[in-house]
Amino acid sequence: MSSTDISINEEVHHAHEEHDHHHEQNFIEKYIFSQDHKTIAKQFLFTGIAWAFIGGFLSILFRLQLGWPEATFTFLEPILGGWIENGKLNPEFYLALVTMHGTIMVFFVLTAGLSGTFSNFLIPLQLGARDMASGFMNMLSFWIFFLSSIVLFSSLFISTGPAAGGWTVYPPLSALPEAIQGSGDGMTMWLIAMALFIVSQLLGGVNYITTIINLRTKGMSMTKMPLTIWAFFLTAILGLLAFPVLLSASLLLIFDRSFGTSFFLSDIYIAGQALTNTGGSPILFQHLFWFLGHPEVYIVIMPAMGLVSEVIATNSRKPIFGYRAMIGSLIGISVLSFVVWAHHMFVTGMNPFLGSVFMFLTLIIAVPSAVKVFNWIATLWRGNIRFTAAMMFAIGFVSLFISGGLTGIILGNSSLDIQLHDTYFVVAHFHLVMGAAAFFGMFCGVYHWFPKMFGRMMDEKLGAVHFWLTFIAVYLVFMPMHYLGIAGFPRRYYNWTGFETFNIFTDMNTFISISAILGFSAQFIFLFNFIYSIYRGRRASANPWHSNTLEWTTPALPGHGNWPGEIPAVYRWPYDYSKPGAAEDYIPQTVPFSQTASSNLPHERELE
Amino acid sequence: MFAAFTSAYIVRREEGNWLEFDLPSILLVNTAVIILSSVSMQLAHNAAKKDNLGTLKTMLLITLVLGIAFLVGQWYGWADLVQHNIYFGGTGSNPSGSFLYVLTGVHGFHLITGLIFVLIVFLSSLKYKVHSKNMLRIQLCTVYWHFLGGLWLYLYIFLRINH
Repeated sequence: MSSTDISINEEVHHAHEEHDHHHEQNFIEKYIFSQDHKTIAKQFLFTGIAWAFIGGFLSILFRLQLGWPEATFTFLEPILGGWIENGKLNPEFYLALVTMHGTIMVFFVLTAGLSGTFSNFLIPLQLGARDMASGFMNMLSFWIFFLSSIVLFSSLFISTGPAAGGWTVYPPLSALPEAIQGSGDGMTMWLIAMALFIVSQLLGGVNYITTIINLRTKGMSMTKMPLTIWAFFLTAILGLLAFPVLLSASLLLIFDRSFGTSFFLSDIYIAGQALTNTGGSPILFQHLFWFLGHPEVYIVIMPAMGLVSEVIATNSRKPIFGYRAMIGSLIGISVLSFVVWAHHMFVTGMNPFLGSVFMFLTLIIAVPSAVKVFNWIATLWRGNIRFTAAMMFAIGFVSLFISGGLTGIILGNSSLDIQLHDTYFVVAHFHLVMGAAAFFGMFCGVYHWFPKMFGRMMDEKLGAVHFWLTFIAVYLVFMPMHYLGIAGFPRRYYNWTGFETFNIFTDMNTFISISAILGFSAQFIFLFNFIYSIYRGRRASANPWHSNTLEWTTPALPGHGNWPGEIPAVYRWPYDYSKPGAAEDYIPQTVPFSQTASSNLPHERELE
Repeated sequence: MFAAFTSAYIVRREEGNWLEFDLPSILLVNTAVIILSSVSMQLAHNAAKKDNLGTLKTMLLITLVLGIAFLVGQWYGWADLVQHNIYFGGTGSNPSGSFLYVLTGVHGFHLITGLIFVLIVFLSSLKYKVHSKNMLRIQLCTVYWHFLGGLWLYLYIFLRINH
């Protein structure tokens, strides 16, 4: 409990001149066990990027199998060793690849990598705070995440392979170690990794919420916050409510696996032998899992929405269209996300009436989503658009969100879902709307805030090349999958050549795999640009995008405590771009109305 | 998390094949014990506010003892269950029993963390570090302890109603 004492003392200092008592930190304090939110954000970013490449690589491996089912992959032996048998990929390892790709991408990249990076980096900077409410908890959050990463990563190398029951780990498959290899030690490690991951998310989430409520600078009311902060705020609340449910489900699964309980198991024969478990219900797990799982997809997409709103407004040189409607739709999405989970379970034999209730609620989500999309488009409408790399990714995000969202309306219908369930149509839908779209949001954030993170600019030309290759590859990969799905092509199948119906799709599968390889290769352009720019990029000015929000009032490379001297106060909302009568096309939040008499609107006159 | 467990409990119970059994009677005693400990915790909090350091220490000690008594009581409750052939896992176990173990077990785990917290506050009160100008620690501890008490009350009433 010594930490609470320290924070009290520090707050006393805050009231006076903060940066006076800045002490020199050694290497470990500064870069490894750092409590500075900017360093922690970078740690999350680097780990997230590393995971993204691992996750992407796994997907290329199974795309090879799907694209060329008859080929032999002896050239992969140096990497995969025993998992290549006589030149063929081991079928159980294929399942493990799919599982790990899902787990890594959903949790480790798009949850921890995305909100971990940008919530940590932007919340204090955009609110005008010296740091997070509890720097120590923040540090703990990263290192528990790192520990969880190590556990998951090492599960790739054990002899029975990593977890292989799909990223949703449905029992009984995942509960019975004797069912498949992947349900053995790999599954145990998966559960440990997830438990640690949840602890890390909770520590982070509590911190984000506390900081946003308590540490806003003078004048920063809730309705003067940038939309990024609103998105992070609601994301953290979702995480705090949803993740403990996953922890409960994992705990029950652990008990089932290791302590002989039967929460999810009943009347099972395995290898001709009846198991003793009676009375459990595997559907119960699905309820618990998707009660987390559905909010989880919004945990992934909402930070991206926030980043995109900010970047679109800045680079269209226009105020965001419908600021309050944007907040309202975020809140609407957050609330609705908790009452739609059973649309993942239409085919579990649930009561059709219940199904229609969930269908109705699911389709309502289209309303706030559409509000957001129309507002982004209206913001772009007749703006002085600057096509920076970040802006291109933001527009790409809107495009992907629309294409992926439309199929969501189709899948949300319980009668259509019965046909499309567990086909590539579902795969195409969620990869567009939450996978690729969230990635685009992340790229958009990295390109836009890179100057503030590292004090240098990323190369715009390489950024444009990266954008176009990625954008085209994403559509080339996922558009054809819709057709496969409508034809009934099932997901998660290792080999489909045995089915006469699906043989006509061989060329299409090869095409998808080639596009996937193209898309994955394009990411190395980003990696090069990212690393090169950290060391050799053009030096950035303090506000290279002429943006309004508070983080751009810090020095080009903000030090510990973010602002030398006093924390700036805030007088206006963050979207005063191209205001008629103003000298410049942007007015930062720190400029009082008394200095902008020429552009003030009638109701702002009294604030002068 | 507890909301998840209890709603899972209801959902599962509705599906039938549910073994009904009586709750161990000692749980009622435990409930009384934990309510008493909440009272003594609040008294300790008030004493600290008024710089009444003697009372503070006694009350914290009482809370600590009552907390441990609750845990011991829960343990006897489990022993009682085992005597009635209701097991956590293995052959012949039913989710109804397992759920009871999980609910009490996870609550017990939180209570142990709460006890550690009370112990830390108690030790620092011995060093005169808890007083009206240094209330944060005992305040947090009181909130947490009341939460644990309230949680148990919720669980107990929940189990009573749903049996």
